[in-house]
Amino acid sequence: MSLLSIEGLSIEFGGVRAVHDVSFNLKAGEIVSVIGPNGAGKTTLFNMISGIYLPGSGKVMLDGEDVTGVAPHLLARRGLSRTFQNLQIFQQMTVLENAIAGYHLKEGGHVLADMLNLPSSRKRAKAATEGAHALLERVGLSRAAEQEAGNLSYGALKRLEIARALALSPRVLLLDEPAAGCNAVETEEIDNLIAEVAREGVAILLVEHDMKLVMRISNHLVVLDHGEKIAEGDPATVSQNPDVIAAYLGTQAEEEASHAHS
Amino acid sequence: MRISSKQITLLVLLALIAVAPFFFPSSFYYRVGALVFINGLAVVGIVILTGYAGQISLGHAGFAGIGAYACALAPAHLGIHVGLAAILGALISAVIAYLVGRPILRLHGYYLGVASLGFGILVAMVLSNEGQLTGGPDGIAVNDLGLRSVLNDMGLSLTNSEFWYAFSGLTLVVGAWLALNLYNSPTGRAWRALHGSEVAARTVGVDVARLKLQAFVISAVYASIAGSLLALQNRFITPEVAGFMHSIEMVTMAVLGGVGSVLGAIFGAIILTVLPQALTVFAEHEMMVLGLVMMLVMIFMREGVVPTLLRFFRGRGE
Repeated sequence: MSLLSIEGLSIEFGGVRAVHDVSFNLKAGEIVSVIGPNGAGKTTLFNMISGIYLPGSGKVMLDGEDVTGVAPHLLARRGLSRTFQNLQIFQQMTVLENAIAGYHLKEGGHVLADMLNLPSSRKRAKAATEGAHALLERVGLSRAAEQEAGNLSYGALKRLEIARALALSPRVLLLDEPAAGCNAVETEEIDNLIAEVAREGVAILLVEHDMKLVMRISNHLVVLDHGEKIAEGDPATVSQNPDVIAAYLGTQAEEEASHAHS
Repeated sequence: MRISSKQITLLVLLALIAVAPFFFPSSFYYRVGALVFINGLAVVGIVILTGYAGQISLGHAGFAGIGAYACALAPAHLGIHVGLAAILGALISAVIAYLVGRPILRLHGYYLGVASLGFGILVAMVLSNEGQLTGGPDGIAVNDLGLRSVLNDMGLSLTNSEFWYAFSGLTLVVGAWLALNLYNSPTGRAWRALHGSEVAARTVGVDVARLKLQAFVISAVYASIAGSLLALQNRFITPEVAGFMHSIEMVTMAVLGGVGSVLGAIFGAIILTVLPQALTVFAEHEMMVLGLVMMLVMIFMREGVVPTLLRFFRGRGE
């Protein structure tokens, strides 16, 4: 039984088909990667699944329920969490506060209780803080806990975003290029972290450019090109698929051609 | 025991209120002090709205007007005590903030600024045009709060200006305490999160529209109570309390002192309330000098005076 089902998802921007009729499934504990050349529609697809864009047509089913067009904060309640390609960190807050923010649904209570600093409010905040410390430990950021998040390196911020997303105890986790801009060591750390989270039964949908990472940890690949699904299957099969090779080689050839001209 | 920054802020504030009178050259300065605290209270509300939640309002004097005129009108027309009238004013402000905030908080940045500006102007217009009810542009008298004579009967005799100095000072301390509680609470974190990145706040489950509305309503209540205090202290109120200049003044005080910090906001209120008094030596150039000071602060201390100084001293301490 699949946890997340994408059924014929499409969206247009000003007549341009950004994503067209894409379908696939995701089971608990499975890592599915969406790959494809730049501009293939991967992030757009993510934004539709996570409720940021309203799809033109098609459906997103979460655990058998239709969640198409459901607002992101309500999807969070249903156990869908994500990270962003272009980091979305709360820059002015400390690293610890960023992680605690991930516990919003668990620690949130009545605003008047917070205003009067009632014991109930302190208790909720304390539980969230303990959880956040444990998560920072897990992603190797506990020493930076009190630093302002804006001061961290890119790779550290990527891990912080994952920690924040994990704070929701998601059933489905969408990771948009978690290793982009990271060095080899950091990439391997993120790689291990993702595999570990999947082993705990979280369904992971991944967009990633680092092909080595993708091939190593994915159970299943979905290949997009010009907004359409051109192939899907296990990594070994997909990497032999002639359409996939053409799509990748095609863009590479175009890039080389444009370099040659410039 | 480790002293938290919340406790430090409250101690600094209490010390300031207690010690300042020893430096007052005349009893007139109790009035200036009371005005600082009343302005400070409104500005703490702006800190919650703008510093915490990242939303701008250029119409908050409208709520000060509602609070002030509630004190003038409710005793006359509903026969309630003027103290209750202030509470009624705060409730009315909260309801109006809820109704106005729902549509306008969908807007961002300067669009929100202009929409809120419109609201403030609307309130000021109503107050000066409905002359039969509000006394029009000439203003209207306000009943005595009566608390001072109660204290007098209990053996604590204060002059009128001393009483208002102490009363508005204590109200500010309570207001600052509540705002500081919010900062590190789950609600405060959610506000600061949506301030940092709305899209990320949504993905961790923050109901952005609801949280913005909460900040707007709370800050409106702060402005309303500040307006009530102003009316009660002066025993008289004019529509200027709701005017455009008063709204701008609130935001300027907050930004000048440091919009993210409660202490900064109060400091901003001190500067903009006391400086015009001190600058009277420049006679007709007073406003020019004030404008120059404001520009220089923003150029060299973009985060506001207090956060910049704190950063400077922390940097030196390490």
